[in-house]
Amino acid sequence: MTDINRSASHLNATVLSNKRVGQYYQIVLGIGDLVKSCRPGNFVAIKVGGESSKMILRRAFAISRVSESVSFGGTMELIVAPHGSGSKWLCAQMEGSEVDIVAPLGTAFGIPTQPVNALLVGGGYGSAPLFGLAEVLKVRGCKVDMLLGASTGGKIYAPMEGKRSVNSLKIYTEDGSMGETGRVTEPILNLVAEKQIDVIYSCGPMGMLRAISEITSGTDVVHQCAVEEAMACGIGICMTCVLPVKDEAGQISMLRSCVDGPVMDGSQVQWHLVGQVPEVAP
Amino acid sequence: MSNFDFSTTLGNAFFNTPIFTASGCASSGKELAQFFPLNEIGAVVTKSVMNKPRYGRPTPRMSETPSGMLNSIGLQGPGIDAFLAKDIPWLVEQKSRVIVSIAGETVEEYATLARKVRSVAGISALEVNISCPNVENRGLVFACDLDASRRVIDGVRRTIGGEIPIIAKLSPDVTNLPAIAQGVVEAGADALALINTVLGMVINLDSMRPHLGGKTGGLSGPAIRPIAVRAIYQVHAALPQVPILGMGGVSSGRDALELILAGASGVSVGTASFGNPHAVIEIQRELQELLIAKGFPSVKSAIGYAHRKESE
Repeated sequence: MTDINRSASHLNATVLSNKRVGQYYQIVLGIGDLVKSCRPGNFVAIKVGGESSKMILRRAFAISRVSESVSFGGTMELIVAPHGSGSKWLCAQMEGSEVDIVAPLGTAFGIPTQPVNALLVGGGYGSAPLFGLAEVLKVRGCKVDMLLGASTGGKIYAPMEGKRSVNSLKIYTEDGSMGETGRVTEPILNLVAEKQIDVIYSCGPMGMLRAISEITSGTDVVHQCAVEEAMACGIGICMTCVLPVKDEAGQISMLRSCVDGPVMDGSQVQWHLVGQVPEVAP
Repeated sequence: MSNFDFSTTLGNAFFNTPIFTASGCASSGKELAQFFPLNEIGAVVTKSVMNKPRYGRPTPRMSETPSGMLNSIGLQGPGIDAFLAKDIPWLVEQKSRVIVSIAGETVEEYATLARKVRSVAGISALEVNISCPNVENRGLVFACDLDASRRVIDGVRRTIGGEIPIIAKLSPDVTNLPAIAQGVVEAGADALALINTVLGMVINLDSMRPHLGGKTGGLSGPAIRPIAVRAIYQVHAALPQVPILGMGGVSSGRDALELILAGASGVSVGTASFGNPHAVIEIQRELQELLIAKGFPSVKSAIGYAHRKESE
């Protein structure tokens, strides 16, 4: 058989709550037993716009966290920025409405078997899945430090309860409106040089992921990043979300960020070739 | 219900149902197998494969449009040798009917591909994609030129003999589609696949340049369905004996029936699978219910039914 999409189910989920948090919406969906298949890093593909919508493609969202409770059963939390017509539609869904989801999809963050020093780096609402990851890493005995960055304070997503699952949290904004002034990637250089970290987990804009990969290049630090590319299907059949990735043998392939990602080894992604076609035939 | 005949044929190939995947919209089947058993649909039409492995076009490769999408994949794929060695045995193991789609840059490449496909067991038909819009040189879109189309099909026909039917996939982006259809049938095509995507472009208002890496892309989805219905109707009127595998924006059983009434013997579901991984199997069920509700005893009795005379 095949491993592709093996955990995925296609079902209707109920919106249990939908709250505005700063510039984002925190949406909680009731998904029942599906929580057991969800891992930090996985994403969900949601049909948007209702039955007669002219939007024919699903929208992909990182799963921020999943949990199980007696009153709600299995739940999935998403942090959504209302950017385009699809995400605006989702953010407008009231408590009690049903949404058509396919989940969980894609690769997950690798969890170390030994306690390690982990640095979690989030850009904008890319921080959302890192809090769920932090909880898992803490349970494994890891030291978890977190750096969050955005252009401005309103775009930082850092929930109070999330802060409890990290050893330290530092915030960087480019306009200085929250935390330190500057880019979130700036302190990483020193942390890597001082050998204070073993693994970096990152989620955010591609420029940030590329910058972290350049810092960790040639070091022993493992960089697991969750990439973001425009997807049509989310299940590996459309071939639109590809990235150039080099394997151990040095061979570059155009891999799908939906089924071979979103979590990829940052040292293997050929960041300089994104948006291009490798010259030599594969 | 029990007497209803859902089967169809394309040339000498028999299929239990008339609903297929569309080439380029189901990869080689593995991804959709999580959502429904592949052997329950008419056939899996695999993504058009070329002789050599191919990277395809640069990203961005996709842009959603009203009731549709543009894609600019550019035939990324593993090459025919790896495809036949890995993907076909897996599909055969699933007991799935398989239609292999091939694409080439030259007449010789198509003939080479056909020869390699011929040597492998378990393939029900060969789709010859001469109409992929995502190639660097529009001159390579054979289906836009009558002579080029004929030469490709003639070359494949000489290679393949009569074992499996040849389905020529045509472009709607031509002035006289029935003439091109006639030409490829004369050259040896047993059936026609109508339609490939329609050439389009989106300009990004941030960069104020074409949005897609390949600049142009193929438009698919419900937006193009009326073009597909028109193309199938026109070609079926001109060549009523030639079976047509219809496709273009089908996203419900109702849409599939529309293409069948226009003259399609089978219907491929493409872009709908991107939005709904169960689209193929759901459309198949809806089509069967709809045909029965309309009183048709079989799929075959509905093919081209929209062409009947006023008095009927």
